[in-house]
Parts: sequence; C-alpha cells; structure tokens
Amino acid sequence: MNATLHRIAILIRKELIAILKDPRSRLVLVLPVVLQSLLFGYAATFDLNEVPYALLDTDRSNASTQFMAQVDGSGVFTRVANLTSASQIGETIGKKRAILVIHVPFNFERDIESGRGGVVQVIADGRNSNTGNVAASYVTAAVDRFNTQWNELRGGPTPALTIQTRAWYNPNMETRWAMIPALIGALSMLQVLMLSALSVAREREQGTFDQLLVTPLRPTEIMFGKAVPPILIGLTQSSIIFLVARFWFGIPFQGSLITLYSGLLLFTTAAVGIGLALSAFSKTMQQAMLYTFVLLMPMMLLSGLTSAISNMPPAMQYLTYANPLRYAIDLVRRVYLEGASFGYLYHDMWPLVIIALVTLPMARWLFRHRLV
Amino acid sequence: MNGGAGDLIVQGEALTKRFARQKNDTITALDHVSFGARHGTLTALVGPDGAGKTTLLRLAAGLMKPDEGTLTVIGLDAARQPQAIQDRISYMPQRFGLYEDLSVQENLDLYADLHGVSHEQRAERYPRLMEMTALAPFLDRLAGQLSGGMKQKLGLACTLVRSPELLLLDEPTVGVDPLSRRELWDIVSGLVENEGLSVLVSTSYMDEAERCAHVVVLHEGKVLASGPPDELRSRADGHSFFVISQRQEPARKLQAELIDRPDVIDAVPQGGQVRVVLREREPLSLEGATLEATPPNLEDSLMMLLRQETHVRPAANAALELVKKEAQGHDVVIEVHDLVRKFGDFTAVNRTSFEVKRGEVFGLLGPNGAGKTTTFRMLCGLLPATSGTLRVAGADLRRARAEARQNIGYVAQKFSLYGDISVLENLQFFAGAYGLRNSRAEQRIEWAMENFELKQRATSTAGSLPGGFQRRLAMAAALLHEPAIVFLDEPTSGADPLARREFWRRIGSLADHGTTIVVTTHFMEEAEYCDRIMIQDAGTMLAIGTPEEVRKQAGEADRPARSMEEAFIGIVEHARERAQRQEHAA
Repeated sequence: MNATLHRIAILIRKELIAILKDPRSRLVLVLPVVLQSLLFGYAATFDLNEVPYALLDTDRSNASTQFMAQVDGSGVFTRVANLTSASQIGETIGKKRAILVIHVPFNFERDIESGRGGVVQVIADGRNSNTGNVAASYVTAAVDRFNTQWNELRGGPTPALTIQTRAWYNPNMETRWAMIPALIGALSMLQVLMLSALSVAREREQGTFDQLLVTPLRPTEIMFGKAVPPILIGLTQSSIIFLVARFWFGIPFQGSLITLYSGLLLFTTAAVGIGLALSAFSKTMQQAMLYTFVLLMPMMLLSGLTSAISNMPPAMQYLTYANPLRYAIDLVRRVYLEGASFGYLYHDMWPLVIIALVTLPMARWLFRHRLV
Repeated sequence: MNGGAGDLIVQGEALTKRFARQKNDTITALDHVSFGARHGTLTALVGPDGAGKTTLLRLAAGLMKPDEGTLTVIGLDAARQPQAIQDRISYMPQRFGLYEDLSVQENLDLYADLHGVSHEQRAERYPRLMEMTALAPFLDRLAGQLSGGMKQKLGLACTLVRSPELLLLDEPTVGVDPLSRRELWDIVSGLVENEGLSVLVSTSYMDEAERCAHVVVLHEGKVLASGPPDELRSRADGHSFFVISQRQEPARKLQAELIDRPDVIDAVPQGGQVRVVLREREPLSLEGATLEATPPNLEDSLMMLLRQETHVRPAANAALELVKKEAQGHDVVIEVHDLVRKFGDFTAVNRTSFEVKRGEVFGLLGPNGAGKTTTFRMLCGLLPATSGTLRVAGADLRRARAEARQNIGYVAQKFSLYGDISVLENLQFFAGAYGLRNSRAEQRIEWAMENFELKQRATSTAGSLPGGFQRRLAMAAALLHEPAIVFLDEPTSGADPLARREFWRRIGSLADHGTTIVVTTHFMEEAEYCDRIMIQDAGTMLAIGTPEEVRKQAGEADRPARSMEEAFIGIVEHARERAQRQEHAA
C-alpha cells in the first residue's frame, strides 16, 4: 500500500513538473480562464441595453407623448430617429439603424378615449429573433405601465389581471448571474479535457509510455498518477473563475464552499476520466486532439450553458445524460445562486460518479491492451 | 559541369560558426575549418558526435551563413548566393522529410513537383531511380510502412529526382542494417563512377569512409587530418596488431583488459581475436598471448588521431563501479520456446526458441524489420505473444505481478525519457518508479551521475541534450534499480566510435558483475562483444551460438567467415535464396 502510494506520488510529481516547468505553460493555465470569464461576463448576455429604435408618431397627441415617455423612461431604449412616413420603416430596419420601429397610428388618442382601445404597432428585426423578441417584450412592459397610469389618472376601471414578477436567486434577471457560475464548470473543462487527452497520447507518441510500462508501476497506479494532476489544475481554474464571479462581478455566493468543491471534484474527475480514456485509445497526439475537439462542441451545446435542456428535442435530452457538464452546470448554479445543500444535489452527483467509474477503469484497461 | 576532375567543387577557407546555446554560452561548432572536395569524387566527413559535420554540410547547402571565412560551392559564394547553389545541388539531411502517409510514388512525385522536374525528365529519371533503389515493387506502399533501409533509399531517390551537380548526404546510413547499407553505398558509388556526380558525405562508419577518395577528419570543430584513405591509414603503420590469446575466455574480456591499459590506444574484438592499436610501435608483452602485426585500417588511424587530443578520455573510464551480484536460483534467466507473434497476416516473429544464461551478453542481430524489436517487446511484457512460452527471470512479464518488472531494465531504440524535464528530474522519477526512496534513491542517482558523466548537465532538460548524453542518460535510468537483466534495443545506433567503445566497456563491466545483457545491434563487428548471438531475418531465427560458431556456420567447412559482417550477409542471403526457391517450388 505504502509502496503504491509512493509510486503514485512520484508519477504525480513528474506530471506536475512537466506541466508547470515552463513559465509560458503556467501562464497559459491561468490567463485564458481569467480573460475568458471576463469576456463571457461582458459579452455573453441576453439583456438589452440602449436598444436603438425609431418612432413613427402619426398621432402627435397627448396620449402618444405619454406612451412614449413610458418607453423612453424604461432606460432600455434609445431613440435614433423620428420617422415621418411609413415608407421610411423598411429602410430603417433593413439598414440596421434600429432594431425596432414603434408606430403610433393616427387617431390613437381618440380611439382610447372613445373606449375602443388604442393600438400600437411594433415592427421588429427578425433576423436576430432573440434580440427582436426581448426588445418587443420590453415594449409590452411599457404598454402595461401606460395602461395602469392612464386608468389611475382617468379614474377608469383597474384591469382584471396584473402580473407581478419576482425572480428568485437572480432578482434582476441578469444573464451574467446565470452565465458566470456555469463557467466555473464549463471553462475549466476545456483545459482538463485537453491536458488529460494529451497526457497518455503524448507518452505513446514519444515512446515514453513503454518505458513507463516496464517499471513496476501498475496500470491502476498510472491511472491515479495521470488523473490527479489534471484534476488539481481543473480545480485551480474553477477557483480562479469563482473568484472572478464573486469579486469582480460581485455575484453573491449563497452556498457552502464544501458543497461547491465536492461537486466540482466529482465533475472534474468525470471529465478527466473521459479525457484519459480518449488518450489511452489514441495512437498519436493528433488523434487525441481531434477526438477532444469533436467531443467539445456537443458537450458545450448539450450542457444547458446557453440553451435550456428542457427546450431540446427528447432525443437530444437523452444525450445530455452522458454529458458531465450538464450536471456540473446545474449543480454549480444551484449551489452558487440558490445555496442548495448536498441533499438537493444528489441527482446531479451520482451520474458524475457513474461517468468516472466507467471511464477511468476503461482508460486503465486500455493502457496495457491498446497496442500501437 | 564546369571545370575538370581535379578542381574543387566545395572549398572552405577558415570557416567559423558559433551557436548560442543559452545566455553567455556559445558553442563553436566550426573553428577555422579549411577543406576541399573534388569534382566527380566522394569526399567523407568523419569524426565523433559534435565534430561539426552537420554544420559544415548545412553551410555548404547554403542553409546557414558562416560567422567567419569563405565557402565556395560550385564556384559560388555560399553566403551570398544560397539560392543559386540550392538550385544546382541536392541535400539529404539526417532526418529526411518523407511523408509517411503518402505512398512511395506520391513521395517521388511530390519532390519532383517541388523541384519543378518536367514530365519528360521524370519519364527518363524514374526508371533509373527504380533500378538503383529496387523500390519498383513497393510504389504503392506507404512510406511509413517501409523498413529503415528502404526509407533511406526512398529519401535518396527523392533527393535525386533531378540531376544535381553536387550531392550532400548527412549520415545517410544511421540505423540502417549492413545489407541495406551496402546497397545504398553501391547506389552512391555508381552515381559517382557512371555520372561523374560529386558527393560530400558525413559518416561515423569508417568502412564507409574507406570507400571515399578523400577523407576529412573533424573533431570538436577542427580539422585533425585530411587526405586520401591510404595516406590517413599509413599514420597508424606499425601500430596495429592482432592479439592471439591462448586463454579460454571470451574475446571481450581480453579486450576490456587491453583497452584499460595506458599503452593501448584502441582495442576491439574481431574475428574471435582482439585488434589493438598500440601507442608505441613495439609490441607489448602479454601473458598467454602473442601479437601479430596487421595492416592498419582507417578506424585505427582515427582512434590514434582522437587519442592524441588530450581531453578525449580513454574508454577505461567508462567501466562502471558495481557490486557483484550473488548468483541465486536458476542459471537460465531467459527461456523462450516456440515464440510466435503475428500482426494480422504478417508474421513478425516465427517459432523462435532460445535461452540466455545469467551474466551472458546475448546479441540479437538482423536486418531492419527482422523481428528484433518485436521479440524485445514481448520479452519486456509490452506485447503479448500470439503463441509460445517465454519466461524472463522466472516470469512472463505480460502476466506476472508488477514486482517482476523490478528485475529488468529497458533501454528503447529511440530516446524514451521525458524530454521536457531535467536530467535530474528524470532520474528522480525513474528511481521513484522503481521504489527507491530517500537516501537509497539519492545514492543511486549520485552513482548514475558519476558513472555516466551527467553531472554538468544535471539541470538541462533531457530533450535538449546531444545524442551521446541522451544515450547515456537512458542507460543510467535503466540501471538505477540494479536490474538482473538489461534489455538494450540498438543502443549504439548513430553513436560515434568513441561512444561505442565506452558503451561496450560499460556492458562488459555489467556482465562481469553478474548482470545479464540482451542487446540488438546493426553493427556486426559489435557482435564480437557478445558471448552468444542470434541472427534473425523476416521473423525467423537463422543462426545461434557464440560469434565463433556463427562465423563457422556461415563459411565453408574449412574456412570460417572472416568477419561477422561477412558471416551475417552470408547467412541472411543464403536464407533468402532458400526461401525464394521454396516459394518457386510451391
């Protein structure tokens, strides 16, 4: 037992020296995750600010001015043009000068006052459906506020139904709050997969793996020795992103660090298992790289990072069950934003354990049986 | 072509080239080198590793500029008109860039395209090249699947797709077996004789240099001597002898004893005797042995030249400090019975049986692709056998517990330690992997650094070391745990004569202290250092026994083969003819 631990420690030491010896490779382990988490934090957001819109007000009434005050006062819209005729709409949207055109028709005020109800037309640029949708929904909110205000002032009847939305765990519904914690798993997985996928393949290609196999090191010992260094590096990277989330973006951490790190440990181990199995299967580094890249894109897409898993077709949803990142993102978001404890994370944890228990022994077996 | 046969096609005057290794650390690769190569002849550059052979060839190819001095190639200044030179010469570097995933034909076409060889020229040139290299039956085979010797021939063919005025070859026969080596040289000599090609070739084989018209001996960037082989040989006149021993012991023991003596410049086992070069012309008196004068060869004079350099250490210093191993258990440490290994339809090793005794030096000889490495990998437990049994130190390493691997040391054919970590870190890792700890590990690492002269490079990354250091480091790492059996796959491939003598001195001291050695080699004369040898070709065992027995087997009844190379070529060619006859009969 003692001898086994000593041999594993020796292999871990060698791996860490090989990874960390070069100052440039040390930098590569730290700098990209910091830059990427900043990039995602600022660039990857579905929230809209300063939506450029154009107004075509053909009514020019008191009511239309009041309505537009609601739109402009919401703080998300910037008026880029005042149109004078409907014929200008096409060009305004077509040349992307505005995402929306709000058209207040002639007789708007008279229609409201007569009780028939006014109509506002919103023309959105559908080429980016997501942005168009969100922008249109902001206009709807402005319409709601206008209705309430109008009724209050005129003493009219209050509407039968009003909605009061309160978002739990992310009060302002900021994309960033959902995105950055998910990156704690997603970004570190990139490096972890790469490191582990190259580790055995590199040794195979350079002939050092034979040298390793003729030593008394057992396949199980090689497995542990090869798995621990990328796990450590993955956890370090997760910690860096965690610090960026907590202190740069100031997203409050609701859960316990012990829960978070237990989950991350399981996730990173599962990812390393996949990487090592790929690596042990590859004949060359080039093959290992190729397998990793082929795998990475679907893993990112089918993880719930950008699009909700519940919206995917059922077949795709089944695929996500084999993806460790799916569980990691759910787990980290819940620990981070919701403060979930172990009991609530059980269903995210056991699949990770299964993935690790399948892939790591597979890698272990391939070390000696994959002959190249 | 310009000029007659007597003119110099390459002429260097006081060439100096320095390289910055690290900050404040420059190596002088060439130090005021003046030399010349004549039109229509073969000129050899010889000398140990680090002599500057490759640098000189790269300067001649116009790939680098000298720091000082002038170099004229086919009448052009190499520093000023490299492109004009490159248009008219061909250069084959040590690692020629064959595309392993392309077929032989595709490689040829690619190089013809690169050199802008027209289709008419190809139609005339290709058949010539195929005739020379005998590659015609393999045109569709991927280059990666060719044997080492065939790859070199293809490399040469690609280099010769156009007809150059000057051919530069950098160690074209490293890692190539004697048969292929002889074929390669026949091609090159044919080109010189029939087409008047001028060739400048670097080599560490002295028998190859003997075939050249002019030899330049380089050592650490300086020219030690130059001239026709005859003239160089005559420097050792009267110094070369055969020692004929009446002692009943392997020639390698007498060789080790002789090479350790200060009055002996060089000693190598040859044909069951020991060939020596003495410092003085007087024969030395030796108990139980007589000396017989023999005409010197080029290697004798090279060794004389090198030993005159004060800082070339004698091979005796390479003898290892070892503790004698107590004999325990069986006397037979390796047993192989009916061993077979197939890869699909291809039989790499066919029904091979042999035994190796404790403390024996056992040599596996064979041309490229003979199955030596496959046999090796099975013995070390890296590859399962298709059928048959094998036991190494009482266990089948493929199935035995991991502890059984403690008994063996393994040195792979190509450098297989970790290139990106330091020498010391490599040794620490392998010491740990073999379960050596604390003071024991320190003690063994110290031993390795001391005995393999690695101290001054302890902190360099292993990948940045020159070849000679890498070979020593690989061997040191394999010996840290004092294994009972050491496997060495082509350990002297690409090594210069000095390094080879040191290597065999180390092997000798290991065997004398009870370590069993299994070694593969391309150098047939090195078989003489072995107690017993086995010759394989195409997976089949052709001969086994002491070098003496194998030489007898190869020769006629009354006249055994003179040299091991002759014996080897005889045995392999004989077996190939027999196989062909059987094929025809069937």
